[in-house]
Amino acid sequence: MTQRITIDPITRLEGHGKIEIFLNAEGDVANTYFQIPELRGFESFCVGRPVEELPLLTNRICGVCPEAHHMAGAKAADAVYHVDPPRTAKNLRELLYSAFYVTDHTTHFYALAGPDFVMGPDAPVAERNILGVIHKVGLEIGGKVIQARKYGHAVIEMIGGRKIHPCTSIPGGLTKGITEDQRKEILEMGKWAVEFAQFSLKLFNDIVLGNKTYVDLILGDIYVHHTYYMGMVDENNHVNFYDGKVRVVGPDGREFVKYEPKDYAQHIAEHVEPWTYLKFPYLKGVGWKGFTDGKDSGVYCATPLSRLNAADGLATPLAQAEYERFYSTLGGKPVHQRLATHWARLIEVLYAAERWVELASDPETSGPNFHTAPTEIPTEGVGIVEAPRGTLTHHYHTDERGVVTKVNLIVGTTNNYAPISMSINKAARSLIKKGTVVTEPMLNMVEMAFRSYDPCFGCATHSLPGQMPLEVTIRNADGEIVEMLKRN
Amino acid sequence: MSAKPKFAMYWAASCGGCEIAVLNIHEKILDVDANFEVVFWPVAMDAKYKDVEQMEDKSILLTLFNGGIRNDENEHIAKLLREKSQILVAFGSCACEGCVPGLANLRDSRQIVQTAFNTVSTDNPKQVYPMTSYDVPEGEIHIPKIYPTLRTLDQVVDVDYYMPGCPPESHQIAAVIDLVIQVLQGKAQLPPKGSFIGVGNSTVCDECERRRNVKAIASFVRIQDRASELDPSLCLLEQGIPCNGPATRSGCRARCPSAGAQCIGCYGPAEGVTDYGARLMSAFASVIDSNSPEEINCILDGLVDPAGQFYRFNLAGSLLRAGRSAWAKEKV
Repeated sequence: MTQRITIDPITRLEGHGKIEIFLNAEGDVANTYFQIPELRGFESFCVGRPVEELPLLTNRICGVCPEAHHMAGAKAADAVYHVDPPRTAKNLRELLYSAFYVTDHTTHFYALAGPDFVMGPDAPVAERNILGVIHKVGLEIGGKVIQARKYGHAVIEMIGGRKIHPCTSIPGGLTKGITEDQRKEILEMGKWAVEFAQFSLKLFNDIVLGNKTYVDLILGDIYVHHTYYMGMVDENNHVNFYDGKVRVVGPDGREFVKYEPKDYAQHIAEHVEPWTYLKFPYLKGVGWKGFTDGKDSGVYCATPLSRLNAADGLATPLAQAEYERFYSTLGGKPVHQRLATHWARLIEVLYAAERWVELASDPETSGPNFHTAPTEIPTEGVGIVEAPRGTLTHHYHTDERGVVTKVNLIVGTTNNYAPISMSINKAARSLIKKGTVVTEPMLNMVEMAFRSYDPCFGCATHSLPGQMPLEVTIRNADGEIVEMLKRN
Repeated sequence: MSAKPKFAMYWAASCGGCEIAVLNIHEKILDVDANFEVVFWPVAMDAKYKDVEQMEDKSILLTLFNGGIRNDENEHIAKLLREKSQILVAFGSCACEGCVPGLANLRDSRQIVQTAFNTVSTDNPKQVYPMTSYDVPEGEIHIPKIYPTLRTLDQVVDVDYYMPGCPPESHQIAAVIDLVIQVLQGKAQLPPKGSFIGVGNSTVCDECERRRNVKAIASFVRIQDRASELDPSLCLLEQGIPCNGPATRSGCRARCPSAGAQCIGCYGPAEGVTDYGARLMSAFASVIDSNSPEEINCILDGLVDPAGQFYRFNLAGSLLRAGRSAWAKEKV
């Protein structure tokens, strides 16, 4: 009898991301489909708008990472006008962005992913949340997480004008600078953020790496895929979130390609399937070979783990030391174990906090030259930043007045659509076998397959990264429910 | 079981920024927890759609609904939460007036899909498009149907209150939560049905600290052409920047103009304004320094995108609702 398991992340209510698992007659997994059910049409309705508005309009793609769209949009608009913003403006944008990274990654680790490790994947559901983490590790942690969020948003508001949907980046720089006092205030907050990042890494070290069960889970086969990895790097091939070239390494860790943002379309293409509203990006130089890994498949991954794999190191000292410890612990580069992404994310928090301090220490950051007026005729431009959830590409064409005529967007999570689909498939095949009773912890293990990617389909649709509560309905071939499992 | 009144929050076609704005009330969220039983809030807690279906009608006291109605799934949930809720609030710009995604109403929905699936990086030689139901080898799978236009919440169900903003400012959210708690304690009364809450009663200009001199302009300028020369103490509109403050409802503390950026109108039409675009046009007209029709036309040419300028956030909620092609399709 053919069975179907629908995993419906009800938090995304009725399919803001839905998984269908089909079982074959023997009761093993025949196939899985991860569907994205919405399209809002930004690429269409941004046409006709003045290009300086795109950093504001594309913010509204995602309220979780509007900073990423604001920056990619502003960089694309700079490129459209062939204008290079002054150092103060670049410093300010990257400073805002670094503070944002600390906030965003922190939220993911403590509220969303952390519970699986701190409490355990098979802990009672009622404890497997941020409150459980606080109870286990101590109340002061909750306070620290709130403090990290507050500081991050304070910096975003000081530079970006607003806490959500920042408004100050325009072609050529910003609409305003910051004062010397603000710079010093931001610097102090940055120093606190560095300590907080170190504290978080120590916590990970003690709780996760100190527990053999978790280390076995990370190193085990369920969560492994040998794919290409993408990340932006500076001139030294160090990770950079705001600027640089995009580097891709193969499953063997060797550089496959390194491209300028403007050349992205020579290297990336998007595959279409009729059962979902989201496309599947892949490496053009390898080709789309379906949902499969290995060096002959163009599937690539763009996550914190990918960024570390695609770079030769990190540009700040404390983070670099952690980077080296990461690879020596996990057996060298590249690391293919998807669950190691959580560790990589915390290393990125440390790098972002150190970068925050560096930029806030530069007197130029509070300088008076926050904008360069464009002088050339606008044409076409590409802006790329590393969003927390993957490489974010904005590509605009305009007419000679700077009115948009064409838009293309490849957003963070979208890069990972194929790898996430594959991870779900593999976890389901590994865990759901003929004759097994599907249990809640088992479903959580399937969930963990995609939680490591911190998927944010706000960028493609509108859901937040989060605890995706599952509801699994097992139906027989006639559509009758034979079993229903809920998680609360 | 808790005897506390029930609270729900839901997102339809939105970006998640409204949820982040609620989370940004920080410790105030504990007041919500102390006074309400949160029965449904996808971002913050495990709750099931089916649990909501099984609730008795009107058993949720307060539902904050954000996001516009873009597809059949959004509409279904809107109707369900209307049934289950005593007080339904259109929360944020998308639910109130369509917001930026409402600009999609300038296009035919078919065109939206075609554009997305034929971009420069899309590999689609066979012209494959998403299908609401599709037969994969193992069976049939489904995705929601996109409607011809994006609609506001009150174009689909009856709405009790409106809380605009993209997103609503956190201090306004905190104030509304305080008010509702006082109502629960019998210390205050709810405003009349249909009211706007968490807002000011004038315009962004009234909250803006930039000085106005009633100075007329000879041309509109683009922010990137003038940003570092603008006087931070003077009205942006009077310096030629097309700022939407005069037509936009107050409530945000004039955040964008305070940061040197034009108001983009995210709090929607000011109190008493029937058509946002018409009000803004008359405000712009009042600062144009010319009596010559040719010269006026020339000044207006400085506004390169009138549709976006005048209806950036409220096209779906405006009298126009949509461009001709999308509107015609919606009516059929």
